[in-house]
Amino acid sequence: MIEKEEKPKKKSRREFLKELGYVGVGTLIGGSAIFAGVNYDKRKKQVDRIKVLTAENELIEIEKNSGTAVVKSKKEILTYLQKEGREGIPGKRWVMVIDLSKCKNARKCMDACQSAHHLRPEQSHIRTHKMQESLDTPAYYMPKQCQHCDNPPCVAVCPVDATYKRPDGIVLIDNERCIGCRFCIAACPYSARYFNWTKPLHDAEDKDKDYNVELNVPQRKGTITKCLFSADCLREDKLPYCVSACPNGVFYFGDENEDAVTNGTTKETVRFKKLLEDNGGYQLMAELGTKPRIYYLPPKGKTYPFQDKDKPEAEEQLENS
Amino acid sequence: MLDQSKSEVITTDLLKHIRLNKSFIIWLGILGISLIVCLIAYVDQLKNGLGVAGIRDYVSWGLYISNFVFFVAVSLIGMLMTAVLGLLKIKWAAPLTRISEIIAFAFAAVAGLVIISDMGRPDRLIYVLTYGRVQSPIFWDITVVTIYIVISALLLYLPLIPDLKICYDKLEKVPGFPRRIYKALSLNWTGSVEQQKIIKKSIKVLAILIIPVALGIHTVTSWLFASTSRAGWNSTIFGPYFVTGAFVAGCAAVIIGMYFYRKNYKLEEYITDMHFDNMGKLMVLVSLIYLYFNLNEFLVPGYKMMKFDAIHLNEIFSGGHAFLFWGTQILGLILPIILLLFKKLRKPFPIMVISIFVLVGAWFKRYIIVVPPQEHPYIPIQDVPSVFIHYTPTLDEILITIGPIILSLIIITVLSKVIPIIPIQEALEDLEESKEQGVRGKR
Repeated sequence: MIEKEEKPKKKSRREFLKELGYVGVGTLIGGSAIFAGVNYDKRKKQVDRIKVLTAENELIEIEKNSGTAVVKSKKEILTYLQKEGREGIPGKRWVMVIDLSKCKNARKCMDACQSAHHLRPEQSHIRTHKMQESLDTPAYYMPKQCQHCDNPPCVAVCPVDATYKRPDGIVLIDNERCIGCRFCIAACPYSARYFNWTKPLHDAEDKDKDYNVELNVPQRKGTITKCLFSADCLREDKLPYCVSACPNGVFYFGDENEDAVTNGTTKETVRFKKLLEDNGGYQLMAELGTKPRIYYLPPKGKTYPFQDKDKPEAEEQLENS
Repeated sequence: MLDQSKSEVITTDLLKHIRLNKSFIIWLGILGISLIVCLIAYVDQLKNGLGVAGIRDYVSWGLYISNFVFFVAVSLIGMLMTAVLGLLKIKWAAPLTRISEIIAFAFAAVAGLVIISDMGRPDRLIYVLTYGRVQSPIFWDITVVTIYIVISALLLYLPLIPDLKICYDKLEKVPGFPRRIYKALSLNWTGSVEQQKIIKKSIKVLAILIIPVALGIHTVTSWLFASTSRAGWNSTIFGPYFVTGAFVAGCAAVIIGMYFYRKNYKLEEYITDMHFDNMGKLMVLVSLIYLYFNLNEFLVPGYKMMKFDAIHLNEIFSGGHAFLFWGTQILGLILPIILLLFKKLRKPFPIMVISIFVLVGAWFKRYIIVVPPQEHPYIPIQDVPSVFIHYTPTLDEILITIGPIILSLIIITVLSKVIPIIPIQEALEDLEESKEQGVRGKR
């Protein structure tokens, strides 16, 4: 309303007050008309409004067609993705539970993982192993990926902070930073890390993509890749690729803080602690002190029998002991 | 008058080899061409990635890392000869200090390059400084190796200053420019009492400093392995195990160097049978200590045979690596100890041959330490191509491994061609001393 006081000084007081009155009333009517219009518009075109996250991490709502697409440089996009990838998803502590009694070595998890992360056939962040502890104990299938340890040996030895632990529990690997020394491969007791020894599979088509640290695509020659708990899916409130690909209900995924995990096949959500309690959950090689974030349920009462043809491979480790 | 001429003789004898001759040029040419071949292999690796080597996801450290450990090991001899023997005032070792310092410097400097050849992204080397994490053993390794290279270079250079002055004075045939370099590098050395005092003191300080740094580089190198939980690497004695092994390799390298310098540079009067004899005894001593650590390293887990240790030990005792393992232990350690107990075998030629066995054994021992523990991780290796399971070095990889060895030979060759290989100043001082003692003796 300030502009209304900017009046030509030569006018009489009466004239001025009169004009002021007109302008004031006009503004009031006009203003409320616009307000009503906007409100009406808002209700009418609710579908056309979208939520966007600003660079300052503020969530705002704008009209879909009103916003001009800001052309960000590749560097800005990368900086944003890197920052987001380092900070993680606030308030979460991701956990996975793998029910060994249900795995029948269908390997759908491996396929989903390979295609999502553009991996070579011999690479897969997750692998189903044929395991047998001793000759007299039963053999079983065990999906195994990065255990996202709370005390990760790989993070400890990394000389450049390329692999790091996020507050939400995920251990990630930044291929814009990795120098390819492979100390983390040497340090990881779970053999969960893979190296791009040669040109990655989708090198040509991924060339212009912005590097997303939460997906680790594009893969880069001379750097490490490994399971990321599908951090990109989690950001979109989806279950990880392997979890939703499993046809046999092996995987549960969820948030430790909420004490809830969801089965990727049945979509059933159960209490995390109770699931472990009821089924004797354990961690893989917990004696190493790595504090994994993946829990296993023992292969008790297997739904699917262990294939005889897989026996020799499962026994291989036992040869010498 | 006689003494005057004697010191003249010493000076000319020890400067004799500083000249360009045909055999030197041919030798350097061969080395140069071989290095270029190796460089071509490295360019191929730069272009196509580390995949040109045989290393894969399971055995991801292969020849390059074994080679790195070997280089660091050999470079430790400079500390033993110059610092330990020097500070203990062991006289016979004095003429050998320059040879061992040249070897130490060359191997330490090249070790840094070896580690770069193992990097997937050598273009990001600078990240180690810009994003360096002090918690990582690699950061410690780079720090101590750099310090060691600097101190080694200084320990090579400082005692050289008086000799450089002698070079400038006596080498009149050398053309102007290189001669001016001698002068510049001799830093206006006049041999005054004050200068003598400064240099003696600095050398002493450096000799003391280099002991913890040298122990540091090889201990930290051993921690690259011992800081992991793998069976075969998960050992508490890796530090001293590596350090003692390093002295064995270093002694062998110095003996081989002594033999060829003596032969090619006609230094029979300066590097005598006595020196070989003493080096032989020193090698027996360090080898016995190393043998003791080997007993600890293999016998203790071998007695318990815990699951994964057992898999690893069976593999090297009687499995696929048995031939290499027993070869290095017997030919590279036990047999040399026994043979070198005989005085006759401590003569120059036999001890040189034994040293070659020890040095080659030392290289393969590094391979045995680095590779087999990676072949049997806790989680079984399944569903991968067979090249992932059994590590076989490729031609490119072998060439890139030989390259640094050639490069260090080039450094050693060139250095020992431009500087006196036996410290002249020290030889002259010795002469002076023995003269004084002689005079005193007569009285």
